[in-house]
Amino acid sequence: MRFKDVFSIIGPSMTGPSSSHTAGAARLGRIARQWLGCTPERARLTLYGSFADTYQGHGTDLALIGGLLDYVTDDPRIPDAEKYAEQAGMEVEFYTSGLPAPHPNTVKIELWHGERQCSLVGASIGGGSVSVHALNDFRVQISGEFPTLVLRHADKAGVLASVTSTISSSGVNIGYMQVDRKARDGEALTAMEMDGAPSAEMLERLRSLDHVLDIRVIDLKRGVDSDAV
Amino acid sequence: MRFKHLHELNTICTAESKTIARLMIEEQVQETNTPEADVVRQMSEYYQVMKEAVRKGLTEDTTSRSGLTGGDGKKLAEYIRQGETCSGDASALAMAYALCVSEVNASMGRIVATPTAGSCGIIPGVFISSQERFGWSDEHLVNGLFCAGAIGYVIANNSFISGAEGGCQAEVGSAIGMAAGAMVELRGGTPEQVVHAVGLALKNTLGLICDPVAGLVEIPCIVRNGLGAVTALAAADMALAGVRSAIPSDEVIDVMLEVGSAMPSRHRETAQGGLAQTPTGRKMMEKLAKPKAKRAEPEAESEPQSTKDNSKEQA
Repeated sequence: MRFKDVFSIIGPSMTGPSSSHTAGAARLGRIARQWLGCTPERARLTLYGSFADTYQGHGTDLALIGGLLDYVTDDPRIPDAEKYAEQAGMEVEFYTSGLPAPHPNTVKIELWHGERQCSLVGASIGGGSVSVHALNDFRVQISGEFPTLVLRHADKAGVLASVTSTISSSGVNIGYMQVDRKARDGEALTAMEMDGAPSAEMLERLRSLDHVLDIRVIDLKRGVDSDAV
Repeated sequence: MRFKHLHELNTICTAESKTIARLMIEEQVQETNTPEADVVRQMSEYYQVMKEAVRKGLTEDTTSRSGLTGGDGKKLAEYIRQGETCSGDASALAMAYALCVSEVNASMGRIVATPTAGSCGIIPGVFISSQERFGWSDEHLVNGLFCAGAIGYVIANNSFISGAEGGCQAEVGSAIGMAAGAMVELRGGTPEQVVHAVGLALKNTLGLICDPVAGLVEIPCIVRNGLGAVTALAAADMALAGVRSAIPSDEVIDVMLEVGSAMPSRHRETAQGGLAQTPTGRKMMEKLAKPKAKRAEPEAESEPQSTKDNSKEQA
């Protein structure tokens, strides 16, 4: 079933005028911000397909910026997001591209803050729902609907076993998991959609494991004030 | 969910002597493993957002960023106050409220997608005007939203609800069907009558193209929301009177899929056909044309990942 529940039909509560172009865009911006882990100093956004063609009329640009500021889909500040970005010291550049993309409503978001840098490719797939296709050029398939753990780690034997056993000993079920690597023995990225939110203790234990480079939590239902983890 | 089709909604609710709203709440609780109180609270919050949008449309400036639309909901409400309407006050008020919510949407105000933002005026227009007229409690209307949600769930999973996929019939048409069916249940109609209302309503929107002027969710979207609210009330009346959809409602939904799939892309939200390409529509688009963002420099540009894997995803 493409639509899973009643709130994928009634909802979300959102800033107009388009669930795909505005609500979905805000969610993609917010996921990118959570992936970076803080407010970006610089953002470069490349729009593809219908996003590139009609983003100005739909406020897609404002919604994306709003998301980067951690605004939820119905935050009243979205129409003035450019102003708030300036106040937050966030520099934003938009580009459009004619290259083929995973979906007609696709954006590539590149973010910088000090030494931190990250990228995300995601699409707004209808009714405000989104799908993230790439994080830092690693392939993923996440929706942000579930608390999602994203681990950067070395591509070594046994890393995933220790990660999953740490999670299972915390009593949290993994609903979906995807691993991708740049090269054998190189850097790898694992995304896990979980049935419950990870505790601070679980994150601490995961962080202390050998070969784990970094962990982020992506969760659209998470409170808007939470920052880097 | 225990249902995928409207006839199953009717069969289960009739057999178990429950309303469609009650079934939807139970299924939502089961499907998402969320307590009923939380599910109902979420929907109640959405209903308050809808009411607030009507209020905002009636009292505040709703001029859109393009400057093309705004203020018509207010105009209509004033007209109703002044004298006798052609379509009857109940219809006219539903229409006025629907315009208000759609105008708030176009001006980047807060609305609830029902099922989409482009069709966000119809359900609030019908619901809030009817609540005032019949003196219903919020709780009753929140149940109505669950009934509308169940109908939308069936339409969305058997056909479509977005203009880009199926034209405006999928967007405004689905909302009309949802509002019509819910209105029947709110007035005490049977699940079977609800199902007929959906079919009757959808039949009248088949083939409706999505042709937004300048690609904006404004012209003709806002007016179609207003007129859609009236159609929903009329379809509800037919069903409550015992009129049946001679073509079963599930088959009407299938036809919407067939018609929408056959529509040329210029009539599916691309602004390349229909009203968007009339001489006036083109003029509006030219007037609004803004300098676009830079094209990404070829050397800095790389194709976003996983093009092939996700090519089948919905628009």
